[in-house]
Amino acid sequence: MSVTQTPTGSPELRGPNPVLEPGHTYASVTDKIAAVVLTRPLGIGWLAGFTLCFSIVMLLTVAVAWLFTKGVGIWGINIPIGWGFAIVNFVWWIGIGHAGTLISAILFLLNQKWRTSINRFAEAMTLFAVACAGIFPLIHTGRPWMAYYMMPYPSTMGIWPQFRSPLIWDVFAVSTYGTVSLLFWFVGLLPDLATLRDRAKLPYQKVIFGILSMGWRNSARHWHRYQSTYLLLAGLATPLVLSVHTVVSFDFAVAIVPGWHTTIFPPYFVAGAIYSGFAMVLTIAIPLRKAYGLEDFITMRHLDNMAKVMLATGLIVAYGYFVEFFMAFYSGNKFDVFLANQRLHGPYSHFYYALLICNIFTPQLLWIGKVRRSIPMLFIMSLVINTGMWLERFVIVVISLTRDFMPSAWGRYSATFWDYATLAGTLGLFAMLLFLFVRGLPAIAISEMRELVHEESHTVAKDHK
Amino acid sequence: MTEHRSPLHGVMGEFETPEQLLAAARGARDAGYQHIDAYTPFPIEGLAHAINFRRTWVPFVTLLGGVMGGLGGFALQYWCSAITYPLNIGGRSLNSWPAFIPVTFELTVLGASIFSVVGMLALNRLPQPYHPVFSVERFAHASTDRFFLCIESRDPKFDLAETSRLLQKLHAVHVTEVKDEE
Repeated sequence: MSVTQTPTGSPELRGPNPVLEPGHTYASVTDKIAAVVLTRPLGIGWLAGFTLCFSIVMLLTVAVAWLFTKGVGIWGINIPIGWGFAIVNFVWWIGIGHAGTLISAILFLLNQKWRTSINRFAEAMTLFAVACAGIFPLIHTGRPWMAYYMMPYPSTMGIWPQFRSPLIWDVFAVSTYGTVSLLFWFVGLLPDLATLRDRAKLPYQKVIFGILSMGWRNSARHWHRYQSTYLLLAGLATPLVLSVHTVVSFDFAVAIVPGWHTTIFPPYFVAGAIYSGFAMVLTIAIPLRKAYGLEDFITMRHLDNMAKVMLATGLIVAYGYFVEFFMAFYSGNKFDVFLANQRLHGPYSHFYYALLICNIFTPQLLWIGKVRRSIPMLFIMSLVINTGMWLERFVIVVISLTRDFMPSAWGRYSATFWDYATLAGTLGLFAMLLFLFVRGLPAIAISEMRELVHEESHTVAKDHK
Repeated sequence: MTEHRSPLHGVMGEFETPEQLLAAARGARDAGYQHIDAYTPFPIEGLAHAINFRRTWVPFVTLLGGVMGGLGGFALQYWCSAITYPLNIGGRSLNSWPAFIPVTFELTVLGASIFSVVGMLALNRLPQPYHPVFSVERFAHASTDRFFLCIESRDPKFDLAETSRLLQKLHAVHVTEVKDEE
């Protein structure tokens, strides 16, 4: 087959930027991915990284223990700023999770082949991000040991949750999201766990993967039902992921606080969630493919596509910022106008300008193909965007709460050491879970990669005809 | 337990490519066998059809879970807000159904997803700690790069010699007896 010949197969599998580098067989993809879990010795890099993250998790433990001892007063929150870092971090983490579901569900329904090698760890990222997010509202309640009051259960007091409150919607949205993400992840893992069981050499591996794979035996009947469930879960997760950040945005939009009470919030929160989530996928994918030699599976095409998704969602977010300003002035509502001015000239305006630089101006570099194909640039960009998205939530929470209707109710907010320790601690927890994940479970969906090899062989066969 | 069961689960043929397996599965079906199963490292289009497996109850079970989750979710909110713990806030309607939609939606998705996964596992008879096919030594390749077809001994047409010959004729590279050791 000559280079000039027009490929007849799917352009995703062929062309200069394939989703899977050529020359792989069923066995080679299986070996390569399974070896990371089963045989590869623990490297110094992994141990050092894990140790660092583990010590940061210890910081989280201390921060949370101190919080439980002293109460939420150790944070910078006070009236009028009741939300502070806890809610900023919660919204940020939940948003990061959204890219995993987008990749695993929405791109699956749209039949995007390039999702195959990134969906597994993106889903893991979703789970870990939701776990980090879930910590914040719980510890922010002040009496986390009574968090079960949020669940509808027949208590002796005869009281029930207020189902008209977005905060209760949030409880249901986030817990459903966590559960469905876990189920989706586990269903996807099932055949791969069976692969690991069949290849395991060490007794403990045989036992662990034997139990986890539940006796999956790759039967055509199993596969048939499996595919049915996988498709249905993808169809269910798609509206679910859109609903989750919509509900999160309702926490703000349903309130009458200036800067929160806008109808643009749901779509722009969802776009922002996907924006930051893809940035986080890149932050993880770039070191992962390098460290474990997975460049053949997570190719430049993946990085390029993810950069394009970031560019698109970043523009939606930029539109959201624009509409916020436009509506403030167009409505003529003096509180909204005042708040818009506070963002530009108030005591926290430097956060707002930093946000514009991180989220709107820097990502415009992604229009340039060279930037999208430069790995260091992409890595830096992903960190910049994640910072920007965190700043966005900070601007929304803090500026509105410090400047509401009556000047007598205005205030200032600054975070304390314990605020930063908790934020850093969840970052450590997230990274530690990822470290455990890449060595404990296949980071790339092996059975789907074999399917990709099969499809690729067909494309090549067609070319030879 | 073992008295009434045949010590032989069936005969298994190993194939090198999915196309050969698909052809073999069709060949076995056309030869009149009904109790066939195929084992492959990834799902293969048309294979379920070739082994006479058409109907899956998974979508129905999922729908059932969704309907139960949705109705149950709305009923829960209605019962809490309008019957057992009514709060009169400025005379607003107790059954404020638009405010109940988000939770109803979430519980619909939750019910459907749990039913779908649990239903899929249950219909597949998983978890299942033992199955005779695992006694075949080369069967571990079913999760890597080989494709297997098993004609089961409970099939009325099953005959060890005859069935093995058929599998060989269908281009199986190895043909093995599958013992049921339980």
